[in-house]
Amino acid sequence: MALVLCIAYAKVRRLFQDTRMRYSAFEIIKQAFSGNRHWKPAWREPQPKPHYDVIIVGGGGHGLSTAYYLAKEFGISNVAVLEKGYLGSGNVGRNTTIIRSNYLLEGNEPFYEFSMRLWEGLEQDFNYNAMVSQRGIVNLFHSDGQRDAYARRGNAMKMHGVDAELLDRDGVRKMMPYLNFDHARFPILGGLYQKRAGTARHDAVAWGYARGADSRGVDLIQQCEVTGIRRDETGRVLGVETSKGFIGCSKLALATAGHTSVTGKMAGLDLPIETHVLQAFVSEGLKPVIHNVITYGAGHFYISQSDKGGLVFGADIDYYSSYAQRGNLATVEHTIEEGVSLIPGLSRARVLRAWGGVMDMSMDGSPIIDRTPIDNLYLNCGWCYGGFKATPASGFCFAHLIAKDEPHYTARLLRLDRFQRGFVVDEGGKGPQPNLH
Amino acid sequence: MASLITCPHCGVRPKEEFSIRGDAVPVRPAPNAGAEAWYAYVYVRDNPKGRIQEYWHHAAGCRRWLVVERDNVTHEVFSVRDAADVARSGSGEAA
Repeated sequence: MALVLCIAYAKVRRLFQDTRMRYSAFEIIKQAFSGNRHWKPAWREPQPKPHYDVIIVGGGGHGLSTAYYLAKEFGISNVAVLEKGYLGSGNVGRNTTIIRSNYLLEGNEPFYEFSMRLWEGLEQDFNYNAMVSQRGIVNLFHSDGQRDAYARRGNAMKMHGVDAELLDRDGVRKMMPYLNFDHARFPILGGLYQKRAGTARHDAVAWGYARGADSRGVDLIQQCEVTGIRRDETGRVLGVETSKGFIGCSKLALATAGHTSVTGKMAGLDLPIETHVLQAFVSEGLKPVIHNVITYGAGHFYISQSDKGGLVFGADIDYYSSYAQRGNLATVEHTIEEGVSLIPGLSRARVLRAWGGVMDMSMDGSPIIDRTPIDNLYLNCGWCYGGFKATPASGFCFAHLIAKDEPHYTARLLRLDRFQRGFVVDEGGKGPQPNLH
Repeated sequence: MASLITCPHCGVRPKEEFSIRGDAVPVRPAPNAGAEAWYAYVYVRDNPKGRIQEYWHHAAGCRRWLVVERDNVTHEVFSVRDAADVARSGSGEAA
């Protein structure tokens, strides 16, 4: 019976001349019948063409999602994504996988909520299992003042139509009995809960967008480092010099967070960015113990448990400028101290792996999705350490900007010139001190 | 890994004793220098990959401001000087 179904299915597929392989339970059964020998690569390995309508520099989450939405939503598929390493080798595979939309400010909240809504339909949209898990996030507070600040933030979220709930101490205790509620200095008084927040498998997000872009005609070119930006006498970008030779383009888009100052300098841009390293950690696999995402309000510590069982956590950046994808031991110690102070039981878990990613720390802690003083050069940068959750909206809004030459409504305040005009989006109220955001 | 900083006043000290201000190259403009100069000073950073100069404050030591010259890829530290000495050296920037 199954065999008959498979043959019928194959015939129907041939009828539609669909060269793309669509992943489904049915496809798994079908492939099993032929010993799983006929799975196709998820994307091609094309050689660069001499010219593209749009070149995106950076094959990370944001570059790939930009390419995907350019092709899918805006009908521009003569696009190349240039990646100096392999797809997803940067921060999209180095973060702690948290997705959420619990921001305060007008410049941020609608944007991150747009992202959250895209996350909610993402797997069906790009036909890839990104393991999006809406397990909820709780931001703990430890003082009356902090409770007021979180109540205000929750109200701001609700005014933007986003779910938010202020939990008292007992409410938090019911969900997370293992926390150190009676800490002598930082007792837990409650938390701000966003139910729809959660985690997603970060590599799969990159792969899903890559596959979706590729199948719509986008060329994903790996091991292709951009070494220069070629411009004509009027300043317009003609194309990029790369390790695979010159590639021309009508529009150039930079999505190289972490190295934005390096690529920006190739076009002579002055940027409000400093590069810093952020570390992340994962423990050995444990039985399910932490069911949500938790952030510590008395220290900058955040933790969740992956579906494999590892506790995934992180804390602050290393505070000094760094382009090295590895961190300092003092920060490892600081992170673990914070973790154990919040969850005493954590002291019994062993850290399996630790790694670092370099990120653009912007001068107000918020990102930039904007045009530049150069007509056909577009910029997506400054993600600080909140870029992963923004991946879908960042790509969508950047694609919108590139295709229509006007900002998407939700990203209209994330402008490059906002510092000059006095419209900073400083969520943390920390001022122009990039290592504090 | 920039874990040890040789303070010109206190000798070799662990990184945890210091707090980091950031890029030591921008020079504070005159009060009337205009919005453009102030924007560049407050917000724009050269942010090079490689050899950089940074302000470090020896918060848990002599409490002096220092200029640390180091490589932000290899984390090698080349020199640590008192920020006042650097300013008085007269070049106008920490060079």
